Amino acid sequence: MAAPLSRSDVAHVARLARLEVSDEQLDQFTVQLAAILEHAADVEALDTDGVPPTAHPLDLVNVLREDEVCPSLSREEVLAMAPDVQDGRFRVPRILGEAP
Amino acid sequence: MTAIELATGVRAGTNQASVVVDDHLRRIAEGDGDIHAFNLVIAERARSRAEAIDAAVGRGEDPGPLSGVPIALKDNLCTRGTPTTCSSRILDGWCPPYDATVVTRLEQAGAVVVGKTNLDEFAMGSSTENSAFGPTRNPRDPSRVPGGSSGGSAAAVAAGFVPLALGSDTGGSIRQPAALCGVVGAKPTYGGVSRHGLVAFASSLDQIGPFAANVADAALLLDVIAGHDPLDSTSWPEGIPSVSDTLGDGVSGLTIGVVREFLEGGADSDVLARLDGAVAALRSQGADVREVSIPSVIYGLSAYYLIAPAEASSNLARYDGVRYGLRVDAPDIGSMYGATRAEGFGAEVKRRIMLGTYALSAGYYDAYYGQAQRVRTLIIRDFARAYEEVDALLAPTAPTTAFAFGAKTNNPLAMYLSDVFTIPSNLAGHPAMSVPFGVGDDGLPVGVQVLAPALGERVMFRVAAALEAAAPAAQVAA
Repeated sequence: MAAPLSRSDVAHVARLARLEVSDEQLDQFTVQLAAILEHAADVEALDTDGVPPTAHPLDLVNVLREDEVCPSLSREEVLAMAPDVQDGRFRVPRILGEAP
Repeated sequence: MTAIELATGVRAGTNQASVVVDDHLRRIAEGDGDIHAFNLVIAERARSRAEAIDAAVGRGEDPGPLSGVPIALKDNLCTRGTPTTCSSRILDGWCPPYDATVVTRLEQAGAVVVGKTNLDEFAMGSSTENSAFGPTRNPRDPSRVPGGSSGGSAAAVAAGFVPLALGSDTGGSIRQPAALCGVVGAKPTYGGVSRHGLVAFASSLDQIGPFAANVADAALLLDVIAGHDPLDSTSWPEGIPSVSDTLGDGVSGLTIGVVREFLEGGADSDVLARLDGAVAALRSQGADVREVSIPSVIYGLSAYYLIAPAEASSNLARYDGVRYGLRVDAPDIGSMYGATRAEGFGAEVKRRIMLGTYALSAGYYDAYYGQAQRVRTLIIRDFARAYEEVDALLAPTAPTTAFAFGAKTNNPLAMYLSDVFTIPSNLAGHPAMSVPFGVGDDGLPVGVQVLAPALGERVMFRVAAALEAAAPAAQVAA
């Protein structure tokens, strides 16, 4: 059995998921996620020794196609819905900079 | 009129697509203020499509098997130049640069898309209460939910706004709302319908399928949208079998199993009573119905709520405010991501992203996600054993009839239990469908679910047609 979920676990997960959460949400998520994981305890406890995992229900592997040039979306179409664009590229806030 | 009757009339020139489409647009205009099945109605585009179909018929051409039939699309299916929101603020106003393959197939078959229907945000929910744009009401009783996540599509058909609609089903999101709204809804075999242009939720489970007011219309719609698509690498190369031509084949000689674990799975007594009625009806039509055991299905719900959020947490990482959708400005990119996702996603989507991220995180991956994947194998094996004995399985679709607004919103786990009977088919990749079969003690529709092995759509539709023929006469369209 995994250890019960703590508030700091939830805060860590929110950082991994790039989600800003308020203190109130953190409390709520801790209770709710713990309840869902508790329900999953039956699965956790099941003996699955020697059982292979199923990632995908279809027995399809290495779906290949000819490497042919075909039409794709234009740069204008791709950029049309972007929040911010400059010189034909997506523009984003600063990635690197002075440490805060 | 049924979709088949409408299309037959338009193809023969005895009816006009423009008249059909105008009639349905009028029904939507009059009724959807109360129901809110639609996020968007595209009346002008639909009217010009209908005129083009009438012109083609006038030239002696055949626009296809769905000529002039109005259809609604769940708003997680991409429509070129037309907003596709997933009922999420993070995609509000976004217009995709391409059509989903199913949309292309529908237009090639002569169908007329009239609008985009409401859903639980990113298809995460069982009541359509998780929509950022407000809930959909159940046309059978507006104080009740329509089910979800494809609640808008189910309600649109139940209200008579459209004869056909498309939904997507990851853990029951077509079948459960079909049951709660008293319409037919089918989830095909995984890989049977192309998902190119379906906004991804949980990629090893998601499948597109039809809603209709009757089994024959659902069969025709499935035949139109099914088939291999090179743009979807999970699309089944040989395609699923056609179903429209098997509806009259009856159930005589078929062996049908009732899953014991589902009978003990917490369904209300009135739902189980309708299931008993369905068993009796199939027996009287010549089927051999017997109880079978699929022991591992009791773990389906737990396994699903580890696998689906894990896949969702990965799929929804793309909503980062960079290429499309909402952006909340912030001085650096890290805080822009966090603020955009906090503002753009609703509570249930955040809950599942968090749950999935946790289930995939270092130290927990094997205990949760890995273990759930092994349980998935056990479920597939148990189904295979049952299908050595029987041709199809019978189960309730949902444990209850349509429930009241707010009844389960504060308890995620109670909401998740709505899908306890539908989830195993998604885990196995099998087809399953819900057929209306009478009403519960509250007078609201009850659905009976038919399950079949992979690529077993023909036997599934035979059983569905037999159930429809025997269903208690309470399924009057609203």
